[in-house]
Amino acid sequence: MIDIVIGVIATFGALFVLFAAIGLVRMPDTYLRISVTTKAATLGVGLVLMSTTVYFSNADVTSQAFVIILFLFLTAPVSAHLIGRASYFIGVKLWDKSVMDDLRGKYQKNTHILKSVVDDTPEDNVDHTKMEDK
Amino acid sequence: MTLFEYLHYIILPVLVVSAVLILWRFIKGPSIADKIVALDLLITTGIGVIAVYSIIYNQSTLMDTALILALIAFLSTVALSYYLEKRKRK
Repeated sequence: MIDIVIGVIATFGALFVLFAAIGLVRMPDTYLRISVTTKAATLGVGLVLMSTTVYFSNADVTSQAFVIILFLFLTAPVSAHLIGRASYFIGVKLWDKSVMDDLRGKYQKNTHILKSVVDDTPEDNVDHTKMEDK
Repeated sequence: MTLFEYLHYIILPVLVVSAVLILWRFIKGPSIADKIVALDLLITTGIGVIAVYSIIYNQSTLMDTALILALIAFLSTVALSYYLEKRKRK
């Protein structure tokens, strides 16, 4: 009975990791790929780690697995935000069918400050429509 | 089919197929940010493989390695994106 529970949880985990991999290959845009990495892969690996806690079912492994899951859940959004911000600064283009770009002209190229409105210093703004192809 | 056979012949191949797909994106990736994302996801998949192996071999000490790999994945992503952002700053 406990084997079936472990198998089901591990199956869902492996499936979510597989969906994340397919999404990483199929998504058209760097930013959409970052979104896939944070959500699906974190959930999948978390489920696989949960299956180890069900299998061993002692306090050592359970606490250790929960520490890993907590760490993954805390660090995935942070690293996704960092890499997304860096790729926006170096001029990685959005998908050409993207509807809107909320950050256009609001990041400052030299000071790396985010402004809330598009100001009157267009030479200092990060604007993907005026950047050369990267 | 026992649990260990199931883990060996179903779960591990699924994880390996996803690792191969991620590796393809790592090699192809149009921008360097794609490569960093793929590297992060590859290490995260490695954590899952280690967790499955710790069930198969009944070795709970392998979870230590998974924790270290999670730390390395986060640190490498932070460091690479930091230098990626610094590179263009004059």
